[in-house]
Amino acid sequence: MKAEHFTFAEPPNELTLESGEKLGPRTLAYETYGALDDKKSNAILVLHALSGDAHAAGRSRDDGAVGWWNTLIGPGKGIDTDKYFVICSNVIGGCKGSTGPSSINPKTGSPYALDFPLVTIGDMVSAQRRLIDHLGIDKLLAVVGGSMGGMQVLQWMVAYPERIRAAIPIATTMKHTPQQIAFNEVGRQAVMADSNWRNGNYYGGKVPAKGLAVARMIGHITYMSDTSMAEKFGRRTKTEKEPFKFSADFEVEGYLRYRGDNFVKRFDANSYLYVTKAIDYFNILNGHSLASVFRGLTAKVFVIAFKSDWLYPAYQSKEIVKACKLAGVDASYCELSSTYGHDAFLLEIEQETRLIRDFLKTVANGNGDAQG
Amino acid sequence: MSKVEHEVISSWVEPGSSVLDLGCGDGELLMSLIREKQVRAQGIELSEQAIHHCVAQGLSVFQEDIDTGLADYANKSFDYVVLNQTFQQVKKPDFVLQEALRVGKRTIVGFPNFVHFKARFQIFFKGKVPVTPALPYEWYDTPNLHFLSIADFEEYCGKRRIVIEQAFFTANNKRVRFLPNLFAEIGLFLLSKAQ
Repeated sequence: MKAEHFTFAEPPNELTLESGEKLGPRTLAYETYGALDDKKSNAILVLHALSGDAHAAGRSRDDGAVGWWNTLIGPGKGIDTDKYFVICSNVIGGCKGSTGPSSINPKTGSPYALDFPLVTIGDMVSAQRRLIDHLGIDKLLAVVGGSMGGMQVLQWMVAYPERIRAAIPIATTMKHTPQQIAFNEVGRQAVMADSNWRNGNYYGGKVPAKGLAVARMIGHITYMSDTSMAEKFGRRTKTEKEPFKFSADFEVEGYLRYRGDNFVKRFDANSYLYVTKAIDYFNILNGHSLASVFRGLTAKVFVIAFKSDWLYPAYQSKEIVKACKLAGVDASYCELSSTYGHDAFLLEIEQETRLIRDFLKTVANGNGDAQG
Repeated sequence: MSKVEHEVISSWVEPGSSVLDLGCGDGELLMSLIREKQVRAQGIELSEQAIHHCVAQGLSVFQEDIDTGLADYANKSFDYVVLNQTFQQVKKPDFVLQEALRVGKRTIVGFPNFVHFKARFQIFFKGKVPVTPALPYEWYDTPNLHFLSIADFEEYCGKRRIVIEQAFFTANNKRVRFLPNLFAEIGLFLLSKAQ
């Protein structure tokens, strides 16, 4: 698998973002799996979470890395690439080939850094819609994503309802709560407190590695559950000798440090700031009532939550379900048992596979239309 | 559910209408109503395994506890709300039925008649809590939380000003017309709210 690139809004035809600022050119890095059928009716858009990228499935041709949702997407899997044409693109504001703060600003010839305008989930989705246009697809069979990917699913349901036949928002919310914003803010503060951050102008020099690693460590705590951490680490220590010297004695400490350090190698600190802000500002109810937000939506919706997810608790998924009920949208809801916490949407694959495979089959066979 | 009960419920449902099944299980009733009456179907079910079955059949279903009510639904959102064999299993049958009557234009209720003569016989002569084809559970593993008779239910409907539009009674998969409170194992009712 190798990412392809699609560029639009090239100067002087820059497009306006939701913030009112102009941004162009805009490039989306994307990968596709499987083949588009003759009627172009089997395309599924997969939407990634905060730290994801376009490489959702298969092995990367560059570094051999396995896609972030490879367990769900592939031949014979839950999202079967023998049947469906799967598309995944890196979000605007990201750092994995799509235009973001680490991209070169054509006006200055150097990276945007904090000159990059604030982007929203709406901006990410409108770029994806242009990619779908570019690929000649009129109507997607489904849009699927968890966490921030789920927010993009909700955005598709509201912004381009006529372009989707089904939507699967997983472990997500219609808007961030103060608690969710608070966790993101601590992460941002960790990045900005790193002296290497230098108001975002670290490109070409030392990156704010410590700050970004701490941000990622906080993130990982919120992605797991009390139970999953107890199962994974217990109170096991890595070494018997020299305790209480603030080394990573406990396994959980070693794990968090490893995940934090690893993240720094593959993620841009400024992108972390921009994308977490986009998540915090997301509010699908902006200007809508709960009863009106999905009104007129003909797509079939399947909302999935996980019992142990305390970062995006099931009650937030139930709000989405409530909005579907009030609008008379054809919807289903499942709250899967899992101890993985928020990470379950990436890890609780067996149950997720079954539900998504069966649901997609119904949509592809048009049963949804017959019932609706 | 026996064939005859199924046929009765199906005969009460208008073609092309909308049906909400509370405690839809594997979705057997809704799937047949889709086939026979082309209804727009929605199930609510608590069991995760049952949800998987429903989704596999292409049924729209919410994993929810009906005891918490139907607050998300506006009045008269569905043509029919079904409470078949789940009425006696919920914690608050009065509340759940009132909610069903609010959300549905009509409500279909089906439950086992606890005072069927075989049950009376077991209580009276054996001194034991009855185990019959319609009440197949032992006292220690029964999902049934409320034990009511057809007479109890009819009296309740009168008190609550619930209109019984249709009633149908069965035993051994056959219709019972004579003394249903004694001879019927199952009572089925088509209800609506008094205006």
